[in-house]
Amino acid sequence: MNLKNFLNRYSSLLVVIGGLILWQLVCTVFQIPDYIFPSPLKICESLIEFHQPIFEHALQTLYTTIIGFAIAVIFGMWLGVVIGTSPLIYRALYPILVGFNSVPKVALVPILIIWFGSGTLPAVITAFIISFFPIVVNVATGLATIEPELKDVLRSLGATERDVLIKVGIPRSLPYFFASLKIAVTLAFVGSVISETVASNKGVGYLMISASSNFDTPLVFAGLVVIAVMGIGMYEIFARLEGKMTHWAQRDQVSAR
Amino acid sequence: MQTLVDLDKVSLSYTPEDSLVLAETSLRIQEGEFVAIVGPSGCGKSTILKLISGLISSQTGDVLVEGKAVKGAVKIVGLAFQNPTLLPWRTTLDNVLLPLEVVEPHRFQFKAKKQEYIKKAKALLNRVGLSGAEEKFPWELSGGMQQRANLCRALIHEPKLLLLDEPFGALDAFTREELWGVLRDLWQLQKFTVVLVTHDLQESVFLADTVYVMSARPGRILFTKAVDLPRPRTLEHIFEESFVAIVHELREHISIARQGT
Ligand SMILES: Nc1ncnc2c1ncn2[C@@H]1O[C@H](COP(=O)(O)OP(=O)(O)OP(=O)(O)O)[C@@H](O)[C@H]1O
Ligand SMILES: [Mg+2]
Repeated sequence: MNLKNFLNRYSSLLVVIGGLILWQLVCTVFQIPDYIFPSPLKICESLIEFHQPIFEHALQTLYTTIIGFAIAVIFGMWLGVVIGTSPLIYRALYPILVGFNSVPKVALVPILIIWFGSGTLPAVITAFIISFFPIVVNVATGLATIEPELKDVLRSLGATERDVLIKVGIPRSLPYFFASLKIAVTLAFVGSVISETVASNKGVGYLMISASSNFDTPLVFAGLVVIAVMGIGMYEIFARLEGKMTHWAQRDQVSAR
Repeated sequence: MQTLVDLDKVSLSYTPEDSLVLAETSLRIQEGEFVAIVGPSGCGKSTILKLISGLISSQTGDVLVEGKAVKGAVKIVGLAFQNPTLLPWRTTLDNVLLPLEVVEPHRFQFKAKKQEYIKKAKALLNRVGLSGAEEKFPWELSGGMQQRANLCRALIHEPKLLLLDEPFGALDAFTREELWGVLRDLWQLQKFTVVLVTHDLQESVFLADTVYVMSARPGRILFTKAVDLPRPRTLEHIFEESFVAIVHELREHISIARQGT
């Protein structure tokens, strides 16, 4: 294995390790206090010391995120199909969706709390609200960009809208769909953590807020690390799934290898 | 011979405010005939194909296929466009089989008769020179090969009427001439009816029994030319005097048509 191959494969790992070493050096050399900017080693200590509560809170966050995300997938697919197959509904709903998407979702959390109280439910709903949009847009795009010639070929043979959807529309929108899942799942984490920081006594978001009010900065950072790790993990799962399900859409990469 | 397609004084505009696209266009196509339609861009050639295949309907006039007024999908047609639009997630063979999964009565027998259909598709692919490419994906094929597969897809359900909209327009000259031969042979073997829309006058004279020249929008048939050159025609014939004379004649009428705008 030559150097270029090595760099290609491990570049992101090298950046992480290099960054951590630099971070540790800066903290040690300038003797930055832990409650302002903890060093990686300090964060590690905190992770180990509090691993039991961290694990429980992480499990809660993972749980709300996955439920919210799952609802987003089902709802997003459905709405995407509806919007993507009907130009009329597309025109009617698209501006509303775009407007809704540009509202900062943090601003919705207080409303959700009024409606649903605090705890798991608003976190699930926030995760759902923040993550369904990319799924809708991607599925709709996949469906709306079917070549008109191909539609003509099938319709002249007596194909129904449903035939076109099943034979062409859905397989065609799968790569768009799986690409959106990667994005949506990381957004879902953002949603549930935001909600937990505002109103909950469970979850990594709550853990970080309470640690911060105790000036336990290393624990706040430990929470960040846990969220990042879970986010990367989920992203990786859906990236793999995407590669498996839609290899035909990634032919460039396949042939470049 | 029987009339297969009959357009009688057909007028049409796409939207009520819009000017006419076709104005009292009349056209009669016999069973087994090879017809080419040429004319200035935007004169309504593709629109005629859409009318015949039942994708759109006219405001006035009659469109008859097999003696019946066209209402909705005609089903006896096969369509192919310049853009091959093969599905990238299907192999060439599965792409060719697609119409059989959709058109009646084959769609109801597809599972039961699959082996038979596959045999048929392979034979067709073989005839256009694509044997060995059955299990390849479209993106592994050259443009010419994709267009061959596109022809197979248009013909797999044995349509009585093959409608081609500039099918070879995007190909290089050599590949295009090769495909003229492929289409000629397919037609000579199966004797379906063909309506070919093209910008290439040589192509129209090489392949067709009758060439129609259309006026600029609103489109009408300006000129009809029966091409009585002997068959089978080969690429050598293109340079013969009788062939060249017809091409010239058509070209003159096209330039008249274009001045009409
Ligand atoms: N869906 C549509 N809505 C509105 N106008 C249309 C539509 N399709 C075609 N037209 C118009 O109708 C006219 C005829 O179109 P058509 O596609 O039949 O032309 P054509 O002869 O096939 O042209 P070309 O040789 O460029 O393919 C054009 O002026 C075009 O602008
Ligand atoms: Mg056209």
